[in-house]
Amino acid sequence: MAGVALKTRKPRAKSDPGLLAHLYRRAGFGATRDQLERLAAKEYSEVVDFLLNPTPEASGVSEDEIARYMGGESATAYLATWLYRMINSECQLQEKIALFWHYVFATGLSKNEHILSASNQIDMFRHNGLGDMRAILMDISRDPAMIFWLDNNENHKGEPNENYGRELLELFSMGVGNYTENDIKNAARAFTGWTFAQPPPLYPQGYYPAQFRFIPEDHDYGKKTFLGQTGNFDGGDIVDIIVRQPACARFVSRHLYNFFVADEPQVPSWNDVPPQDPKLIDAMSRAFLDSGGQIREVLRVMFNSDSFKSARFKKVKSPTELVAGVLKMVGSYDDFRPGLAKYVETTTVAMGQKLLDPPTVEGWHTGREWIDGGNLTERVNFAVEEIGDGSVPGIRRIVDRLTTGGAAVSEPSALVDATLDLIGPIDVDPSTREALVKFAIDSQKDEPRARIVRLLRLIVATPDYQLA
Amino acid sequence: MVRKNGGKSKDPVLVVVQLTGGNDFMNTLVPYTSGMYYDARKTVRITEDRVLKLNDTLGFHPAAGPLKELYDAGDVAIVQGIGYENSNRSHFRAMDIMHTAEPSRIATEGWVAKAIRQLDPEGKNVLTGVSFGRGLPRAMSAPGVRVTSVGDLDTYGLMTAVQIQEQRAEELDIFKRIYTPAIGTGATMNYMKQTGMDVLSGIDQLRAVPAGYKSSVEYANNSFAKSLRDVARTHIAGLGTRIFYVQHGGYDHHAVEMPNHEKLLGELSGALRDFMADLREHDAADNVVVYVFTEFGRRVQDNGSGTDHGSGGGAFIIGERVEGGLYAEYPSLDPKTFANGEDLAHTIDFRGVYATLLEQWMDVGSEDIVHGKYEQLNPFKAA
Repeated sequence: MAGVALKTRKPRAKSDPGLLAHLYRRAGFGATRDQLERLAAKEYSEVVDFLLNPTPEASGVSEDEIARYMGGESATAYLATWLYRMINSECQLQEKIALFWHYVFATGLSKNEHILSASNQIDMFRHNGLGDMRAILMDISRDPAMIFWLDNNENHKGEPNENYGRELLELFSMGVGNYTENDIKNAARAFTGWTFAQPPPLYPQGYYPAQFRFIPEDHDYGKKTFLGQTGNFDGGDIVDIIVRQPACARFVSRHLYNFFVADEPQVPSWNDVPPQDPKLIDAMSRAFLDSGGQIREVLRVMFNSDSFKSARFKKVKSPTELVAGVLKMVGSYDDFRPGLAKYVETTTVAMGQKLLDPPTVEGWHTGREWIDGGNLTERVNFAVEEIGDGSVPGIRRIVDRLTTGGAAVSEPSALVDATLDLIGPIDVDPSTREALVKFAIDSQKDEPRARIVRLLRLIVATPDYQLA
Repeated sequence: MVRKNGGKSKDPVLVVVQLTGGNDFMNTLVPYTSGMYYDARKTVRITEDRVLKLNDTLGFHPAAGPLKELYDAGDVAIVQGIGYENSNRSHFRAMDIMHTAEPSRIATEGWVAKAIRQLDPEGKNVLTGVSFGRGLPRAMSAPGVRVTSVGDLDTYGLMTAVQIQEQRAEELDIFKRIYTPAIGTGATMNYMKQTGMDVLSGIDQLRAVPAGYKSSVEYANNSFAKSLRDVARTHIAGLGTRIFYVQHGGYDHHAVEMPNHEKLLGELSGALRDFMADLREHDAADNVVVYVFTEFGRRVQDNGSGTDHGSGGGAFIIGERVEGGLYAEYPSLDPKTFANGEDLAHTIDFRGVYATLLEQWMDVGSEDIVHGKYEQLNPFKAA
């Protein structure tokens, strides 16, 4: 009997779609309602596991097709492929963690002017970003774009350049207050001779990748003291010592928290301002130290925590999150169609985020700093334009569900709630809901489909929609 | 002090023009008698027969004819050799330095925004500072300073993709309800709501500007000329804007510089001339000064096709109240004097030029904005 009933019914939801929508906004770039309903058949923790373990097969995105349809040696062409992945890859966290490390190891194309190095760096984050911190720091220390960005190619035996050594400690792994100026000097010495083989000049030869190169004659093999330990350290030893520090565990945990859970003050203040959720930071730091610095394990603790689950709508969306999320919802770029380039070339830039070109070595400032009059206008107009007249597939699906069969709704407050549910589900402030209901009352005479499209336009124009 | 003229405020107005990418100053104001210039510039060079001569040693790029007209009329002060110690070669960092007047540390407050804060301390007019073109420059950004950022005056507005005007008006009314600040919504939400209300207020005031404008001046059809025309129209409408900001991009000429630089200088100087003519036609020119700057100059030596990032750029101060002429010194072309062994050394600090504009023109204190005292120019006519 039960078996018969199950066949005719939808699989029973094991997880709350609202919680999954939250997870996908944070661990990814959002999810459509259809995706959420498919995912709801799994336990929440299973979905987290799936996101933590990306594979090429599971992504549903074909590398061959990307290469075939979206090739091109420009920053814009590369970023269009990244945006395509953000919209279409099932392995959403793989793309989100790449963006996370791009924030942390903020490397600017405006100085490097070498797109292959910049895009190789992002590809590296896509592949190692959920792995262990030692490998991540080793990879970034050997990354030509980073070496050039922070002048490690000018870091010579007898003439150390401290730029990389300093930022490695200050911005990448520990934060101020956890090391001395002497530690910086010794770290810099340990990275002498870590440089890259210059590719042929861009003009007129074109783009060739740069390769890491270690020059033994330029390396300082002398004794160094770093964080209380002494030896003939090289860069690898420095990284080994760093990842064993509780300060590193804590710093990385705070970075992950600020990016995935809730907006925190900007990085330079972390030495003075305690975390807003010290218990979660402690649990994440413990997971870091217990697992030998596995980012995946830290994230597992974080995503499964009650703090994370209840932190809905606590973050201002970055321009990239807003743009990728809206494009995913409207469903216009589910296949290879030209046009993604303009979003990374102008749309997000006008909103204050030019990927591959962070404003400073500190990356982007987050939270409220994303919003000013100009970019709020850009955000609203962009989202409203994408919804358009409602003929795009994603919006059509939402409107279909609200206008057909037994599920059709027209009573104003029920319509507002049902629409907010289908577009997210998203929570809005009571003052926002009240205004939307007023619209639904005023528009009762509208043609039903057009009325819902108008309501959707208003929802994406709300301040609430700017929050993830 | 408010000077009145025909009911319009005659408060001093500053128009900041940003040339993005690093304008090649040596090929803008060409040292056409210098053998060192022609030695360094084997390909990317303006030959003597093509320059528009200003004097026995310097001449404008041939595409800058309209700028030369303004110069000949005595309205252009050329600031030669502007820069700062250890000029940064990263576009973004260098532009950031220009925006924040802070070469030695990362700062977030823009110099224009801080001037706006002094001009309108209570933030009464969201149009005190207006940027035309997409994206608000950091120069105009500082906590608590409310400015308006307009992509294009003719299409400026919210929910602009809504085609049916009646629907759009209804939706904007709901938008206004949604953004009206409410109690208990939290700091971030409140901030966003206030920002949305400011945008609406700016839109309300700017809406009537295009219809109220007539002019015999025909600007060229490019985005920079369009932005300057938007500045002219808004200024003429008398909405109390004290600082305008516009951008002209594309100056990063590593390759194929000759035709591309020529095109940009033609657009720049043509739009500046048309802008001044437009203001004069509306008796609105005498309280306006235009400041044209870039983030850095370019490498002395060319690379065979273009020029790489360098230092020692140039700036222009333009207006009827300007005492035209050459200011500061042209950077030395003697390789022994080069910065980094390959760049022009600056002859005046850019912060002194900001201080000049702020104190002598805008009547605003500058020390807090440029973080100290710097040598100023005297480019304005006595009142």
